Amino acid sequence: MSYDIDFDITGRVSKLESFGLVDGPGVRFVVFLSGCNMRCKFCHNPETWGGGGESWTAKKLFEHIRRYKDYWKKNGGITVSGGEPLLQMPFVTALFTLAKRENIHTAIDTAGQPFSSDPARLSEFEQLSEVTDLFILDIKDMNAEGHRELTGVANANIIEMAKWLSDHNKKMWIRHVLVPGITDREEDLKALHDFISTLKTVERTEILPYHTFGIPKWEELGLEYPLKDVPVPTDDEIKRAEEILNTGSFEP
Amino acid sequence: MMNNENIEAWEGFEGRIWKKEINVRDFIQKNYRPYDGDESFLEGPTEATDKLWGVVQQLQKEERAKGGVLDMETKVVSGLTAYGAGYISEEYKDLEKIVGLQTDKPLKRAFMPFGGIKMAEQACEAYGYTPDPELHKIFNEYVTTHNQGVFDAYTPEMKSVRHNKIITGLPDTYGRGRIVGDYRRVALYGIDYLIEQKKKDFSNTGDGTMTEDVIRLREEISKQIKALNGMKEMAKIYGYDISKPAKNAHEAVQWLYFGYLAAIKTQNGAAMSVGRVSTFLDIYIQRDLDKGVITEKEAQELIDHLVMKFRIVKFARIASYNQLFSGDPVWATLEVAGIGVDGRSMVTKNDYRFLHTLENMGPSPEPNMTVLYSSALPENFKKYASKISINTSSVQYENDDVMKPYWGDDYSICCCVSATQTGKEMQFFGARANLAKCLLYAINGGVDAKTHEQCGPMMRPITSEYLDYYEVMDKFDKMMDWLAATYVNALNLIHYMHDKYFYEAAEMALIDTDVRRTFATGIAGFSHVVDSLSAIKYARVRTIRDADGNVIHFETEGDFPRYGNDDDRADDIAVWLLGAFLDKIKKHHTYRNSEPTTSILTITSNVVYGKATADLPDGRLAGEPLSPGANPSYGAEKNGLLASLNSVAKLPYHWALDGISNTQTINPEALGHTQQERIDNLVQVMDGYFDKGAHHLNVNVFGTEKLIDAMEHPEKEEYANFTIRVSGYAVKFIDLTREQQLDVISRTCHKAL
Repeated sequence: MSYDIDFDITGRVSKLESFGLVDGPGVRFVVFLSGCNMRCKFCHNPETWGGGGESWTAKKLFEHIRRYKDYWKKNGGITVSGGEPLLQMPFVTALFTLAKRENIHTAIDTAGQPFSSDPARLSEFEQLSEVTDLFILDIKDMNAEGHRELTGVANANIIEMAKWLSDHNKKMWIRHVLVPGITDREEDLKALHDFISTLKTVERTEILPYHTFGIPKWEELGLEYPLKDVPVPTDDEIKRAEEILNTGSFEP
Repeated sequence: MMNNENIEAWEGFEGRIWKKEINVRDFIQKNYRPYDGDESFLEGPTEATDKLWGVVQQLQKEERAKGGVLDMETKVVSGLTAYGAGYISEEYKDLEKIVGLQTDKPLKRAFMPFGGIKMAEQACEAYGYTPDPELHKIFNEYVTTHNQGVFDAYTPEMKSVRHNKIITGLPDTYGRGRIVGDYRRVALYGIDYLIEQKKKDFSNTGDGTMTEDVIRLREEISKQIKALNGMKEMAKIYGYDISKPAKNAHEAVQWLYFGYLAAIKTQNGAAMSVGRVSTFLDIYIQRDLDKGVITEKEAQELIDHLVMKFRIVKFARIASYNQLFSGDPVWATLEVAGIGVDGRSMVTKNDYRFLHTLENMGPSPEPNMTVLYSSALPENFKKYASKISINTSSVQYENDDVMKPYWGDDYSICCCVSATQTGKEMQFFGARANLAKCLLYAINGGVDAKTHEQCGPMMRPITSEYLDYYEVMDKFDKMMDWLAATYVNALNLIHYMHDKYFYEAAEMALIDTDVRRTFATGIAGFSHVVDSLSAIKYARVRTIRDADGNVIHFETEGDFPRYGNDDDRADDIAVWLLGAFLDKIKKHHTYRNSEPTTSILTITSNVVYGKATADLPDGRLAGEPLSPGANPSYGAEKNGLLASLNSVAKLPYHWALDGISNTQTINPEALGHTQQERIDNLVQVMDGYFDKGAHHLNVNVFGTEKLIDAMEHPEKEEYANFTIRVSGYAVKFIDLTREQQLDVISRTCHKAL
C-alpha cells in the first residue's frame, strides 16, 4: 500500500539519546517525544507530559539519526519513546518510513493509551504498524480499577491494542513496571500472565523494577510526588514477579 | 655476516630479506600464524606464577603502606651493570622464568641523576632518604646534567611561560622518554650482529668532512655500540649470553626483556614503552609448541612472567611530577592485534595470552595494554577483548585503520596513545600548550589572570563589555602564533640538551641509525576553548573585570551548542582549533629536521592545568579541572555516549598524528542485561566509533558507586588492584590523589535511562 507521506511534518521532541541499550534489540537511538495523556504516579519522565520540547521535521531528524548507523550494524536501530509516541502517529510514521527505506530496525515504546478502534484513528495506526518492526508495550495494570487509580485512564483500549497487534502478526515486547504494594498483587500478575499467553507475537516479557530516579524531576516541575513512601522492589520481589510472568521463557 | 649457529637458531623460519639485514617486520610477516579461534585454548596461572605474583602483591601493599615508595637507592648511580643479579624473591628465584630487575631488589627505585641531579635528590628526600653527598658533588661540579644544560640556555620568556603554566610538563628535569627500542632485535639477531651492523653504519657516517651533524652522529653511534656491549655484560650477570640469537621461546622472551631492561636501567623517561612484541614472540612460541618442546601452560607462564616484570617497573619521582602524572605510571605500553598491510589479521594466540594476564594475575595498570583495533579484526578476538575490558577496565583501543596509512603495520605505541614505527623512529616530545589560558591571554592582552604577570606579548586587550566573536578570534589567532613559537623553541632547546647530556644510547642502539624523528607537541584545555568560542558566537558573553581592568569572570546569557553532542556548530569549531594550532606549530624550525605533529591528550595533568586556569566563557570556574584529552567538558554531553563519540570522531587524525585521547565510562547495567549482551554491544560501539575514523578510546565499565566506595574504603581487599583507564593510561584508582579521584568521579558516567 502506498500513502502520501509528508516528510516535512514536525514533531515535538523532548530529548534525543544516542546510546540506548535497553529499549529494543541491540544499540538504539531513542527519540523521546513530548506529550502524554496518562499521569502515572511513578512516571520517571514527567517533564515529557506537556507539549513542550524541540521541534524537528521527520526528514531532518532522520538525517541526524542516520549518523549513528555505523553503530547498529549487526543489531540495533531507532526506538521512539516518550511521552507517548502514539500521540504523534503521522510524525512517527514519516520517520519510520524513511528508516525502513534504509532497512533500519524500528521500535515504538508505548503505553497504548491513545489506541482507538475509531476507523480514522485505526487507519493511522495501521499505517504506522506497517513501518514498525517492534512494539514495546507497557501494561501498567490488568486490573481496570487499579489502572485508572494509578494512571488516570482506563486500560480497556490498551488491552485491545495488544490483541490487535497479535491478530495482525506484529511483534511485541510486553513490559510491566513493578511497584511494591500497587502493581505486584498476585492475582493481577497472574491475570497479566494469562493474558500474555493468549497473544501470539510476544517475543519477550520484562519486569521493570520501579525506581525513584524521577523524583527530582517532579520537584523541579513543582509537582507533589504521589508515591513518596513507596520503596523500590527487593530482588526477591522482582524474582517472584518474574516467575509469575514466566519472563525467562521469552528470553532469546 | 651470520654464522652457522644462527642458522640453527632460525631453523623453521621462512623468508630471506630479514636474514640479510635488520628487518624484524619482514621476519614477522613471513612467519606469523594468524589465529581466529576463541579463547578456549588459554591456560590458567601455574603454581610458580601464583607464588611469585603473591610476593609482588605483598610488596606492593608494603609500598603503599610506606607512602608510595618501598625502597630507594642513595649511593649507586643506575647503569647497565651497576648491580648484581636481583630477583622478585630470593626464596623463589628458581621459579622466575624471566629474570632481571632495575636494581638489586624488586620495587627499589634507582638513582638516575643524568636528567637532573636536583630532581634525583629531591625524589630521595621526599621519601626520607638521603642521597650520598659525594654524588651531589660529582653531578654539580664535574658532570653537566640535562637539566643544567637546559637552564643554562633558557630565555626569560621560556622561564615565564613555564612559571605561568601556559606550557606545562616540559621534560627539562628528567628523561624525555617516548623512545621505543626495537627490543625484538636482541632476540632475533643477538647482540653481536647488531654491533656489527652499527659498526658498518659508523664507517659510513660522513664522507670525511666533519660537519656538526656528522660529528654528533659518529659520537652517538659509538655510544650505542658501548651500550650494546653493556647489554651483553648485564645479561651475563644473570647467567645468559645474548651475543647470539635466541634459540627457543624462552630465550626469545628473555632476550627481548633484556633489551627493555637496558632501557629502564639507563633512562627514566616519563614513558618507557615496550612496543609491539606480541605477534613476534608468538612465532617463537608457536615453533616450540609445534615441536612439542613446550606446552600451552608453559607458554602462558612465559608471558605471565614477562608481564609481571613490566608490572613492577618503577622510577623515583618528585611530588610535582606525581601531580601531573598521578598513580606512578611508566607507560610500559604494549600492543596486540592490528591488521597487516596485506590484509591479514595480525592477531595470534599470543595476543590472547597477553590479555589473559589480566585474568591470571588480575587487573593492572601496567603494561599499558593496547588493542590496535579495526572492525575487520576476527570477531572472536574482538569479543574476548571486550570481555576483558568489561571485567577489568584495563584495556585501551586505538584505530589501526587510521594509523596504518601513516605508520605501516609494525608501529608501536610510544607513550599513552602515540604511534611510532618500531625500530625506525624516535620522538622529540614534550608538554602541552594550555589553549584555554591562551584564549584568556588573547582577551587580557597577554596578562595572566591568575598571576597578574605580563607573560604573553603586550597586545591590545579587549575592552568591550560583551565579547565579539570576530574580535576574539582575531586576537586568539595571534596569541596562538606567539604561544606556538615559544613552545616549539623551548622544545628545540630541551631536545638539543637531552641529546647532548642524556642520550638514550641503549634504546637508540636498537633503532636504525638513519632514524626518522617526529616532533610531538600537545594541546590542553581543548573542549573548554571550543565551548567558550561557541558561547561567544551563539550566546552573549559579558565580561566582569577586576580593578586593573583584567577580565576575571564571564556571565553567559542564553544557550549555546557544546562540543560532545554531535552538533556541527560546536564540532566545527573543534576541528578548526586543531587545524589552526597545528599550522602554527608547523611554521617553525624543528630540531634535527624532525616532523611536527600534535596531540590532544592530557593524561591526569588536566587537574593541574585546571588549577592554573582562571574562569572561562564556557562557565568553567577558576581552578576546576579541565576535561582530559579530547573529551567533551563535564556535563556537556546531553545526548548520550554515541553523540559524544561522534563529536570526537570528527577530529581528523592526520592533523593530530600524535593522538586524540578519549576516555569513556559506561555503567555495566547500561551496556546490556546479560554479560553476553554487554560483550556484543561494546564490540558494536567500538566498530561504529572506529569506522568513523576516530583514533582512540579508553573503556571503563563500572558505576560511580564503586568509585565512591573505593575512595572511602581504599583498604578493602577488592580495591587493591581496582584499575581504571584515565586519559591515555591506566592507574590503580586508590593510587590517585583525592583531588584526582574526585575528578574521575565527577566525569560523565553513561548509564541507563
